[in-house]
Amino acid sequence: MEGLEQFPILTSIVLVPVAGALGTVLAGRRRPELVRLVGLVASIATGALSVWLLAGFDTGDAGFQFVSQHSWIGAWGISWHLGVDGISLLLVVLTGVLFPLSILGADAHHDHKPYLAWLLLLEAGVMGSFLSLDLFVFFIFFEIVLVPMYFLIGGWGYDNRVYAAMKFFLFTMFGSAFMLVGIIATVFIARDNGVGEITFDLVRLAEQAEFPVGAGRWLFVAFAIAFAVKVPIFPVHTWLPDAHTQAPTAGSVILAGVMLKLGTYGLLRFGLYLFPEAAWWSRPVLLTLAVVGIIYGAIVATMQTDLKRLVAYSSIAHLGFIVLGTFAVTSQALTGSVLQMVNHGLSTGALFLLVGWIYERRHTRAIAELKGIQTVAPIFAAGFMVVMLSSIGVPGLNGFVGEYLVLIGSFLTARWWTVVAAAGVILASVYLLWAYQRVFHGEPDDDNRTFAELRPREGLVLSVFVGLIVFLGVYPKPLIDRVEPSVNALVTHVEERTGESIPRPEEPTVALEEEGG
Amino acid sequence: MSVVAQAVTPFNGPGVGWFALSPLLVLVGAALFLLVAGALTPTWWRGLYAFVTAVAAGTAGVLAVVLWDDISDRGPATLVGGALALDTFAMFATIVVCVGLLLVAMVTSDVLHRAGNDGPEIYALYLVAATGGIVMAAANDLIVLFVGLETLSLALYVLAASDRRRAASAESGLKYFVLGGFSSAFFLYGVALIYGVTGSTNISRIVEAFGDRLPIERNDALVLAGVALLLVGLAFKVAAAPFHVWTPDVYQGAPTPVSSFMASVGKAAAFAAMLRVLLVALPFYRDDWRPIVWILAVTSLVVGSFLAVVQTDVKRMLAYSSINHAGFLLVGVEAAAHRAGETDAGLGVSSVLVYLLAYSVLVIGSFAVVALVARTTDGATDLDAFRGLSRRRPALALALTVLLVAQAGVPFTSGFVAKFGVIRAAVDEHSYVLAVVAMVSSVVAAFLYLRIMVAAWITEAPDGELEREPIPFTTGVALIMCVGFTLFVGVVPGWLLDAAERTTDFAR
Repeated sequence: MEGLEQFPILTSIVLVPVAGALGTVLAGRRRPELVRLVGLVASIATGALSVWLLAGFDTGDAGFQFVSQHSWIGAWGISWHLGVDGISLLLVVLTGVLFPLSILGADAHHDHKPYLAWLLLLEAGVMGSFLSLDLFVFFIFFEIVLVPMYFLIGGWGYDNRVYAAMKFFLFTMFGSAFMLVGIIATVFIARDNGVGEITFDLVRLAEQAEFPVGAGRWLFVAFAIAFAVKVPIFPVHTWLPDAHTQAPTAGSVILAGVMLKLGTYGLLRFGLYLFPEAAWWSRPVLLTLAVVGIIYGAIVATMQTDLKRLVAYSSIAHLGFIVLGTFAVTSQALTGSVLQMVNHGLSTGALFLLVGWIYERRHTRAIAELKGIQTVAPIFAAGFMVVMLSSIGVPGLNGFVGEYLVLIGSFLTARWWTVVAAAGVILASVYLLWAYQRVFHGEPDDDNRTFAELRPREGLVLSVFVGLIVFLGVYPKPLIDRVEPSVNALVTHVEERTGESIPRPEEPTVALEEEGG
Repeated sequence: MSVVAQAVTPFNGPGVGWFALSPLLVLVGAALFLLVAGALTPTWWRGLYAFVTAVAAGTAGVLAVVLWDDISDRGPATLVGGALALDTFAMFATIVVCVGLLLVAMVTSDVLHRAGNDGPEIYALYLVAATGGIVMAAANDLIVLFVGLETLSLALYVLAASDRRRAASAESGLKYFVLGGFSSAFFLYGVALIYGVTGSTNISRIVEAFGDRLPIERNDALVLAGVALLLVGLAFKVAAAPFHVWTPDVYQGAPTPVSSFMASVGKAAAFAAMLRVLLVALPFYRDDWRPIVWILAVTSLVVGSFLAVVQTDVKRMLAYSSINHAGFLLVGVEAAAHRAGETDAGLGVSSVLVYLLAYSVLVIGSFAVVALVARTTDGATDLDAFRGLSRRRPALALALTVLLVAQAGVPFTSGFVAKFGVIRAAVDEHSYVLAVVAMVSSVVAAFLYLRIMVAAWITEAPDGELEREPIPFTTGVALIMCVGFTLFVGVVPGWLLDAAERTTDFAR
């Protein structure tokens, strides 16, 4: 992988989708198949770059790799600073994989050109957010993803799309409003407390700044509001069911699979890493909200009559586990959180695709109107089953690994929260199995008797998902190996800054290594 | 030679730096040329009046850039016996005014041609108004400032009423005239009070007077009353709440290009004047007037964003959003106020100037799209007129979208750079509350821009397809320039920020 040393791979990962978006716009209006080809090639190229990155990543190194830094706005101390560590690596690869799959797996039905252009711009924005190590650059990408997503929901969504798109945009922008003030304040306060000059460089701020306790806590709150809306954490989650339900299938896949991770990733990178003391101080509140989200999401999901809304609420519950793991701050819990981000992206992404396919066939997502699909489309049902079991967290599939690590890791520092959260695992099997039972079991009535079996293109997409779900469930070690050094460094950083000693198990990953063989 | 001249003329007039006045002279000259030549000749070719205006604006802008270099080399100075300031701040404002004038002239050309109203008068008024704006921005004497203010305002009153066929236009002009005259009177009374205390209307002398006497005899009541009255006059001109009530009616009623002229050139000139008066003339009272600016900022932000949301007419929406933008600009003024009179001017002044340039371009572009859409709807500018725009004119809808998201402050646009700069200045001075209020209000305002975008992109035209809007050449070019500038500054803002940071050395 020597070529990686010179090749500006991270910048390419951000710019290739932009080029692809321009390509789709420039491609002729009368050649829709060409437009789709350009879009697909650009997303696959980005995915390939991210896999190349994965292959070239130095496993033992906890720091940022492939760093590329160029001055951008000198007057403001802002530089184009990209880098990847074990935490962002997996999210970048997840993004790189999910985009081509969702382009391939879900069709826009009309106006392919702007659809693909927005989708690719969205990919560039998401990649930029995960890769940037400059607060300003991060904010820019974090904010810009709203625009393509707004147009995707508004332009290609379902009946109530305008309301949902607007709610999504305004909620997220509301959060960002605080973060922007927070970012600028961070930079100025850091200048006077250890950094000595104006810089938006995340690494320098995190390593050199000694925020006064009060200021640090305020700043953390400003950041946390933005990320809490994005995740979303319990009281500010109300945009999510609307946005997910009304978004087009690919939009839901990306929204759940990747964009929610911007929030959880942000909490890790710009909460825990930048403000360790404040993050530690806020643990009781955030842990409680996480657990409330787990239980609340599960209970509300059980009550849904719309299949897509059910999956949306299940996301709230799953993301609760990620937040729980993040603020438990043990090495295992954090590793589990990062894995859970990937797992949730795969399983919920696949679930949204499957629900989208059901809607294409039946033009309804109401659970009550679907019945006995297993009889007429057994392969479809089997695929759904595997994905659903992964979402429940059945051992042997990927969902189990993340949830298990989060729970055992959190037990060390957040015992009672973990005990309550564990109940969420049971509830997950209640709502998903019950929904599966109602939709797939029984005798199909007249409307469902003509339900078409999985098509080859759908099968191809689904097999990639199922392959990853099974592989990561059986052999998660490659991922853990890459995440763990960075997570351990983060835990050490938090320990140094807070003076707390965070318990570490003797042999952190023995059980999983044995399981992997 | 000079000895002879002195002997012949006992009156020793002030030296006039003719070259330093060249931007003003070009604009005045062009206005006179248009009026005289236009009156004596038959109607010119289409677009020629606008062309002359645009050339004058361009020339004046280029001259301002040349002068900028001179000032950078030699330092700031005053002109015509201390009446006008020659500093980079004034030049930046001049450039903003010229850019606004250039773009507005291009848009106006097509609007007037379509209405069959093409003639030299409107352009001459634009040029006169721009001259007044530049005088306001450069005035180093409160009376000169008042003269500039009145020159700008009188031209604007006439411009607002210039569409003779629409009653709304006449109403708009009259409303603006009555309220504007009222606010000018406030301003003038403020000047009189300051004169009463300091014995001069010249800003340099006022500063000296305060410096000499202030510690001994504080005529606080008089000065404070004067400051308050000055602020009322200026706040009216920049359309800051609670002195904003004229804005929606006037913007809605006035011909669309004139509305954009008011929002860009008018606002830029008034803000430049406000900064100079407050920071240069009245730094001793900064702790007294800064809270007023704070309140003006908060009310403008809140009123501008919340009332914008309930409007259904796009011109009215843009009017309210301009109040919100005035609030953002006042946040920058408030930040500058913390350092008024100090050598290290902080970040406030430069952030306001960048915001003025970015916003001027944005608002002219947005109004240009409105003008194009209104062509096919008999002048109707409500949201329904925009429905299905993306089907009829995807490029126009895209341009509108870029301009609106930029106004909302989305990254990679000049609007984001401008808002970031202002918030940065506020945070640097620890005005956290103001910064948060501003950002939250921009979320509310975003709802308004989204509503226009929803109409343009998502909803279909009401009954069948509306007529496809033609895009005339000069408006098209102006729009491309606006959008290009917006995106370019959004991605490469360094040069503009560097330039703006060199404007803090005022002539005194």
